[in-house]
This record gives sequence, structure tokens and C-alpha cells, in this order.
Amino acid sequence: MQIYLPIAEISVNIFLLLGLGGIVGILSGMFGVGGGFLMTPLLFFIGIPPAVAVATEANQIVASSFSGVLAHLKRKTVDLRMGTVLLIGGLIGSGLGIILFNYLKSLGQVELLVQLCYVVFLGMIGSLMFIESLKAIRNASKPGGSVPKRRKHNWVHNLPFKMKFRVSGLYISVIPPLMVGVLVGVLAAIMGVGGGFIMVPAMIYLLGMPTKVVVGTSLFQIIFVTAFTTMLHATTNFTVDVVLAVLLLVGGVIGAQIGTRIGVKMKAEQLRIWLAIMVLAVCGKLAFDLLVMPSELYSLGTGGHS
Amino acid sequence: MIRLIALFVMLALPASAEEIVLGLSRDQVSITATFEGSEILIFGAIKRDGPVQAEGDLGVIVTVAGPDEPVTVRKKDRRFGIWVNSASVDVDVAPTFYAVATNRPLSEILTFTEDLNTRISTARAIRSVGATVDSAQNFTEALIRIREQQGLYQTLPTGVSVVEDTLFRTLIPLPANLTEGDYKAEIYLTRGREIVDFYVTDIPVQKVGLERWLYNLAHDNPFLYGLMSLSIAIAAGWGASAAFSVFRR
Repeated sequence: MQIYLPIAEISVNIFLLLGLGGIVGILSGMFGVGGGFLMTPLLFFIGIPPAVAVATEANQIVASSFSGVLAHLKRKTVDLRMGTVLLIGGLIGSGLGIILFNYLKSLGQVELLVQLCYVVFLGMIGSLMFIESLKAIRNASKPGGSVPKRRKHNWVHNLPFKMKFRVSGLYISVIPPLMVGVLVGVLAAIMGVGGGFIMVPAMIYLLGMPTKVVVGTSLFQIIFVTAFTTMLHATTNFTVDVVLAVLLLVGGVIGAQIGTRIGVKMKAEQLRIWLAIMVLAVCGKLAFDLLVMPSELYSLGTGGHS
Repeated sequence: MIRLIALFVMLALPASAEEIVLGLSRDQVSITATFEGSEILIFGAIKRDGPVQAEGDLGVIVTVAGPDEPVTVRKKDRRFGIWVNSASVDVDVAPTFYAVATNRPLSEILTFTEDLNTRISTARAIRSVGATVDSAQNFTEALIRIREQQGLYQTLPTGVSVVEDTLFRTLIPLPANLTEGDYKAEIYLTRGREIVDFYVTDIPVQKVGLERWLYNLAHDNPFLYGLMSLSIAIAAGWGASAAFSVFRR
């Protein structure tokens, strides 16, 4: 059954969209990731215009992170203070990202920007994750296992404007979390992702936050940054397709619950390695499209230089 | 101009006058939520006051054109090993939809000069003024090629069937990715490759119902639309977590 998407202005099979939402939902439930970085490229592949895909996906992430943060608030694993600092950075970043997005759109280079961002970030994260989980599997087979690292004092601790973050048990400068927030905000606006896959490692390794508050805090930040991004896209580009968002949501919500159940039954290292392979596969497909001569060299854009 | 006068003179002569009488299968097209494309049947008759006296073969040309819009055509080139958009040409006027149906190949029933004046063939319907690239024609050809692949531009050389030199009918398929606006159906009657009569009618194509409401809201009141999208998302997220926490107990 086809459904006409009013903003994307194309007709798409309704079961394809529900299925995509479901599959990405299952994966995000299994691996505990937002899934935006998988969904947005998949939307490109089925022919949704990139500008619509990015804006609509931002809206969808609001839903999935809201659902997630409720559980974390109940368990009190959200550092609201740290979340707010990250959020301020995120809002600034999102604004900058939209300006960059609209500027490149006028030049006809927005697709390139989005694809390059995906190739670079997916490639980086995918290979890091792959190497680390290989190591983890090897260490697990050896007796003794890995030695826990001691937290070191690095440059992060020598910056001014220090602030106390009680939930995280930290006393650090607000500059690094602000910077992390800005970076994530820019990525949210350009790539249509929550940015959890950048923020979570940054919070653990750069800010030294305890692992148990990391996910809840990043979800808290993601809700507001993606909500802000959605509003910016809706008011400047008119590219949020609510029909598309709802269809993806329905599939995603159901898929996520199934995925969580599958995830419990699998081993953590195995999960991580599969996730890494998947991330690298999406990255490879996007890189391939950029490197190989396209069958149609010409493309159409909306007229004028506006 | 002389041709135009000649045309009027011809129309004024009652004995040789041939006129189009038209019918449409539908006078508007509605894009609903389940719109999968559609088709439009254009049919009619050629009214004559007396027996056929005109010389030359009869030609019937039916065109359906969507609203005009400017388009930017971009070409990819290899830069630093990857394919990126480089040169671009702005096409000032290109119909968003264009179908030409004829009873015989266009060149057999229409002279080149008549085509230039009336802009009937697809290549003539597109205008790009002030193109700065040398190979501007490649760009307009690419535009036609891409839109043909999407079913938006169609050339149907035997799309019109004519019975007894009097009745004609054609079926124009409309794809699912239509742009809304006032579509224009034009019917030309030719004798010996010259136009003897023509008829123009509008076919409005509109999104209806929920589709129309959402599209208008998104463009007229984007702030409200954004808030609505967000509240749907938040409600869905909250609903999902509430539903599954009940489910888990």
C-alpha cells in the first residue's frame, strides 16, 4: 500500500517505512544506540530527499530519547546540571549547524556535506568499536582479564570556570562539556542524528564521567537539541514530514522493545562487534557512492539561488 | 504574424473550418494520502460544417503541462577522487509535468516553425536564458532525461487514436510524484503540418484532506507545525514507555 508523504512529495510503500522503523528499532534496542545514524542513510537509499530525511529524523529522535530518558529519570541516573551545560553548547552548535546546512544547500553541496560527515564519523566510530571489541574478546579468553585504568589528570582539569557536578562526582571546567555540546549540536543539525555515538565516548574518556550516568545524561541533552533542530528545520526549510515521522515511530517503538529482549540474550562483546560491522557497512556503502562514477551525472535542484 | 492572420482567415471560412469539441474524464485531480498516480482521459470530436475539404493529413496533438518552475541542473565532476556537484545551469522555466501525445510522430504533423511558436515539443517547453556554461544544452537534455525517467515528461508519438478523421481520444498517465497547481491541457488540430484550431482547458491538481492541511500548515505556520510534530513525538515516546512498563509487570 502506497502512502503519499505531504512534505517529501513522494509516494512510498507504507510497509517499507514501518519495516525500516522496525528494523532500526530492533537494532537500537539491541545495542542501546539511538539509531539515527542508521535511519538517515537508509532514508536516502529509499529516495527520501536528504533535507527531508535529516529534518524528519531529528523529530523522530525526540520521541525515542524521550521514551528512554523517562526510565533513566526514574533510576536517578541523569546528571541534570551536566546535561544543562551540554545542552547550552548543543543549542549553539545546532544553530551553527543549520546556518552551515542552509548555506551549503544554496550552493548545492548539502548532500556532499551530509555524506562526507557520515563517512568520516561512521568510519571512525566503527573501526574504533571494532578494534576495541576484538581486544575485549581476546582479553576475555585470557585469564586475569583487563587491568582497570586509573583516571588521569589531563588538560581538561587545568581549564578555568570550574563547576561542581554532584551526580557525576566531578569538579571540572565548563569549557570541555560546552565544546562537546557544540560539536554534537552541529552534527544533529547536519546529519539528523542524536549524536549519542560521539557524546557517550567523549563523556567517558574526555570528561571522566561515571558510566552509569552517561547514557541518561546524553539522552536528556539529545531530546532538547533534536527538538530545537526540528523547530529550526521546520521554520527555515519546511522539511519536517510529520507523516513520515509517525510511520517510522510506530515501527521504531515496537522494534526497540523486541530488540531489547534479543539484546539481553546476547553477549556484550558479540553485540558490539556486530554493531561495529553494521556501522562500517553503512559507511562503506556511502563511501562507495562517492567514489564510483554515478550512472547519472546530472541532478535537479530547486530553482534559483535561494 | 502572417501565419496567425492566415490562421484566422482559415477559421473564418465556414466551409473548410474544423473545430475541436472536447471532453475530459475528470476536471480535477486530487492528491490524497493514498495517491498512487492516476490517469486522465482526454477525448473529443472534430466538428465540421460541411464535408472534409481541407488538404493535407489530419494531426491531433494533446499536451498536458504542469505549473512552470525554475530548476537548477547540476553536474557532478570528480574532485579529489570523489564525485561532487560542480557546474550548474539555472533553467528559468521548466514545467513540473509535461506530456505530449500525438496521433503520429510530431515532426510529421507539425512544422518546425509552428513548434518554435507554440512550444509544443518538450525541448521547446523548457527555456533557459542566460546560461553561462558552454554546454548548456547537455544540461537541458539531462533535465528532460531525468524527468522522463520519473514519468514526469512523456512523449507519446502514437498516444492519440483518431477514428474516421473525426473522433479522437488519448490517455495521459499521471505519476505519483505530481506537483500541485493548475495543469493546462492544450489540444491542437493540424492539417498539412499547420495548426488549424486549438483548444485550452485547465485541470487543477490539488492535495486534499489531511495532506493539504499538513502541507499548508507546514508552509503558512511553520512554528505551529514544528510544535505539533514535537508534541506528537513526545506523546509517542511517553506512550511507548508507559505501555511497555505496564506490559512488563
